[in-house]
Amino acid sequence: MILFGQVLEVLIGGLLSGVLYSLVALGFVLIFKASGVFNFAQGAMVLLAGLALVRSLDFLAAKGIPVWAAVMLGLLFAAVIMAITAWLVERFVLGPLVNQDGLTLFMSTIGATFVLEGASQMIFGSDVYPLRLFPNDAWFLFESVFPGGILVNKLDVWGGLIAGALVAGLAVFFQRTKTGRALRAVADDHAAAQSVGIPISWIWFVVWLAAGLVALVAATVWGTKLGVQFSITFLALKALPVLIIGGFTSVPGAIVGGLIVGAGEKLAEVYLGPHIGGGIEYWFAYVLALAVLLVRPQGLFGERLIERI
Amino acid sequence: MLYREAGQFKSTYAADMAIFPIRQDRMALWLLLAVAFLGVPLLAHFRIWPLGSDYFLRAILIPFLILSLATVGLNILMGYCGQISLGSGAFMAIGAYSTYKFATGVHLPLAWFGTAISIDPLPVLPSILLGGVMSAVVGILFGIPSLRIKGLYLAVATLAAQFFFDWVFIRVKWFTNYTPSGSVAAPEITIFGYVFHTPIERYLLCLAFVAVFAVIAKNLVRGNLGRQWMAIRDMDIAAELMGIRPLYAKLTAFAISSFIVGIAGALFAFVYLGAWEPLAFNIDRSFQLLFMVIIGGLGSILGSFLGAAFILILPILLDQGPHALGIPVTVETVSLMVLVVTGALICYLLVVEPLGFARLWSVAKEKLRLWPYPY
Repeated sequence: MILFGQVLEVLIGGLLSGVLYSLVALGFVLIFKASGVFNFAQGAMVLLAGLALVRSLDFLAAKGIPVWAAVMLGLLFAAVIMAITAWLVERFVLGPLVNQDGLTLFMSTIGATFVLEGASQMIFGSDVYPLRLFPNDAWFLFESVFPGGILVNKLDVWGGLIAGALVAGLAVFFQRTKTGRALRAVADDHAAAQSVGIPISWIWFVVWLAAGLVALVAATVWGTKLGVQFSITFLALKALPVLIIGGFTSVPGAIVGGLIVGAGEKLAEVYLGPHIGGGIEYWFAYVLALAVLLVRPQGLFGERLIERI
Repeated sequence: MLYREAGQFKSTYAADMAIFPIRQDRMALWLLLAVAFLGVPLLAHFRIWPLGSDYFLRAILIPFLILSLATVGLNILMGYCGQISLGSGAFMAIGAYSTYKFATGVHLPLAWFGTAISIDPLPVLPSILLGGVMSAVVGILFGIPSLRIKGLYLAVATLAAQFFFDWVFIRVKWFTNYTPSGSVAAPEITIFGYVFHTPIERYLLCLAFVAVFAVIAKNLVRGNLGRQWMAIRDMDIAAELMGIRPLYAKLTAFAISSFIVGIAGALFAFVYLGAWEPLAFNIDRSFQLLFMVIIGGLGSILGSFLGAAFILILPILLDQGPHALGIPVTVETVSLMVLVVTGALICYLLVVEPLGFARLWSVAKEKLRLWPYPY
């Protein structure tokens, strides 16, 4: 019974932290769906959004503005920063690169990553800034069933709720709104969408803005967890296996991929790690992703590739 | 006026198929080789500008040569065979650590079989080649998924190699001969009894490796194998229908590319760094090589050298810039500025010339052939 409780605790912890990976992966999926660009800059966008938020919060708090107002203003400021970023990226990097192949676009987003990382730290500072938006303590569940109960981090639960709300919101946005329909049209075929009068540059701006706002949400959760700091950009690398397990083009895939990676990673670390040297969290997700790809080359929920000659 | 092939008649098939069909190109190449093999060492020996101090040789030319070699290797895989790899840093590390193990002696106890594999320390040259072979073997293993996975999915999958080997070389102490700090120091480089000690000697050693492998790579991509790779790159299904075996073509590309990258890794560790930690071959190295290939030009051996020079020298110049101009800035600001400017320049270059420096070079050559007449 103790063993079962322990497995359950590791599993729940893993699943919830997996949802947090999904938060970052969602930004990738949005941009890939709408423009076919593999956006490596998502991690840097999380850093930028987090820094903008936490620095403006500090500034407003020092002015003696009440907390709720400071949080609202801080979020607004960060959203404006993300909008400016989206416009700059569309205008100067992706706009001129329309119709180039995927690899060139991918490289250009790595270039954008460098710029965002450097610029955000030059403007907002490069220390570790603590962010306290969500409770960071733990619950102990089922104390009557298992001795000691099951430890569940409140922040992870918050992250799960936010991710759920975000996915629901995005699904409504994609399926019900006019812009959402235009986005799906652009994703299907750039040229055809343009020919029926959909403005591509506006659509891309909207997509990058949406990805920026997702990055802001991810930043609030991850910033509370780790503090806003440079190492938050490595989240992009953590989100990649989540992406390929779920498939580049699927929003639910990002969530399911996150759950699989989170649970697999924690279980492997606890039960496999001690036998082969520990720290296997570092690569386990990638090997898992590789195994999934060998069975389904387009990820679990990705669109099946049909090739013509 | 000067650069024209008028009057140079080709009368044999071999002449028609030459790597450099134009005489001026051949002369330029010999001149370049003469400068590299004789001019640079002489300048360095007599301490004439710009080689007055060892700095230029040690911090720019040697890493430039080694990273060019690695870029050539990666370009074979990415530019010629079309398989994107983000794991080249790992293959450099495999080359470096295998070479280290072969050069210091291998002792691998096999507890299950009750025996042990023991190899006495080998000389450096065979160790480096064996390091390349080990890298090629691992390259084939990680190339197998490419038969099913394509494009950006493959790129992310190759990250598995990068992270796995980062971890292996940090955690498995056997590879570092159980040094407590985890960093290892290369033994002295002795080839046929000759000790490579001074920067000039080390430079010449790297140059010899680079020259040999550049010639091999150039000839490979012109031959049967190279054409198979390019067919796979352009459209793998069509290539398969034409009778090219994807298994053979893709895995040879992975093997040869990893072999060259592994050799470059061994040189990087032994000749350039001397003592190193696993961090020297982390994901940033992979991205650096990727940039060198893309900025230089996919599918071009010459482009590999141009890309390597640009990506290597740009941060050094940017680093020195503010100091040279006498602007007082902190070290941290400089490093952030280098990041921003590098990123912006990469974006700019991709926008103005997505095909890289190799394309600019061929455009320049076309222009030069017509010069000074417009048509």
